[in-house]
Amino acid sequence: MPDWLQLMLNSLPTLLWAALLFTAPLTLLSFVLGLAVGLLTALARLFGAKPLVAIARFYVWIFRGTPLLVQLFLIFYGLPSAGILLDAFTAALIGFTLNIGAYSSEIIRAVIASVPRGQWEAAYSIGMTWSQAMRRTILPQAARTAVPPLSNTFISLVKDTSLAAAITVPEMFQAAQRIVATTYEPLILYIEAALLYLAMSSVLSALQVRLEERLNRYGGFLEARA
Amino acid sequence: MIELKDIEKRFGDNVVLKDVSVTMAERSVTALVGPSGGGKSTLLRCINLLELPNAGMVKIGEEELTFGTGRRVATGDIQRLRRQTGMVFQNFQLFPHRTAIENVMEGLTVVLKWPEAKARERAMELLEKVGMAAKADAWPATLSGGQQQRVAIARALAPSPRVLLCDEPTSALDPELAQEVVDVLDRLAEEGTTMVMATHDLRLASKVADEVIFLEAGVVVEKGPAAEVFGNPQRERTKRFIATLRHEQESAARHAG
Repeated sequence: MPDWLQLMLNSLPTLLWAALLFTAPLTLLSFVLGLAVGLLTALARLFGAKPLVAIARFYVWIFRGTPLLVQLFLIFYGLPSAGILLDAFTAALIGFTLNIGAYSSEIIRAVIASVPRGQWEAAYSIGMTWSQAMRRTILPQAARTAVPPLSNTFISLVKDTSLAAAITVPEMFQAAQRIVATTYEPLILYIEAALLYLAMSSVLSALQVRLEERLNRYGGFLEARA
Repeated sequence: MIELKDIEKRFGDNVVLKDVSVTMAERSVTALVGPSGGGKSTLLRCINLLELPNAGMVKIGEEELTFGTGRRVATGDIQRLRRQTGMVFQNFQLFPHRTAIENVMEGLTVVLKWPEAKARERAMELLEKVGMAAKADAWPATLSGGQQQRVAIARALAPSPRVLLCDEPTSALDPELAQEVVDVLDRLAEEGTTMVMATHDLRLASKVADEVIFLEAGVVVEKGPAAEVFGNPQRERTKRFIATLRHEQESAARHAG
């Protein structure tokens, strides 16, 4: 067996363990929480009173307009000066959640707005309240449109968790860095890390296709067929 | 009885309805006719408050709401009035993510909180009535326009509304498919369903309607029994309009033939 392959195989368990303990939980938790923040932000912007709209816009403006790495540094290294001390994982979780929340709110806002007005009217016409119409009629249709763009966000997030290494979260990329520090084989280790991120993204892409097929079971977007 | 009194509706500076007062009897079918932009759709949508009048009074059965400047109307009141009505839209507007029968059940299970089995039974009866029972489990996207509209009629009827509102129910359909919708509406009329329809389909209006209201530029130009308005219109404007519709329909029929 060539040396480079031996090194890759030897470091694989360490990298996978770091992925399992940190990369995966960080990705999943911050995506789910981020979507919740994104939905609330989108609803605030679409239907909220003026001050609420302003707050939502301000939040999106800040988190889309500043680098993710800077946000993570501010939360982990900056906030202690203001008396807020967070452990690395929590700091990363907060940073990614708020970042995902800002980006996904724009997607969610667009897909909710893309459901035709006639669908609201149809829901109202059978007596539904606003929230019934939202839950039963609008969101299910918006969700289907949202799958491709939100999958993009999710896949970006998997890769972006590597930034958490910079605030001492021992996730997969940091595990690779540590092995490099003792083996002096950056090319091999970083290729290995890249391949593992690629594998995770590929699995997610495949899941996206499955999900889209499932959501498409009711046929093409309904058009007036005469 | 449905009563609209002094209804005024503006979109910005554009006055769409001016002091419209009409009543419609229980178990009657009223056709709102008139040129595009004349206000017939808006008047229809003022009945179930998809559009809120700027002024005036809407009364359906026992439920009554008055609109006017400085008067805030509660959402609950709007809903109570709206639940007296069912509506059929020009473009069907079935819920695409629900099957035909689920579309019909939706108002029963979600709004009226009926148990699933009872709602399914009622929905099936309605689908049978509109001739769509065989397609109960079909997705709307797989149905023709005429079939979608018949399911939409069943959906609107499911909660047993006091009045069925139809907004151009046949205008998105070619003549053959429009006919199956006309037939269903005609049967409902014979059973005594109270209906108000905005339409420029002369075949639909003359076959199904008892009463006709001719609207132009937001005012009622002429109203009366269908046979009289269509057969012997009193106003020159109504006469011209009906002649134009006849002509359009005949030439459409020629082209189709």
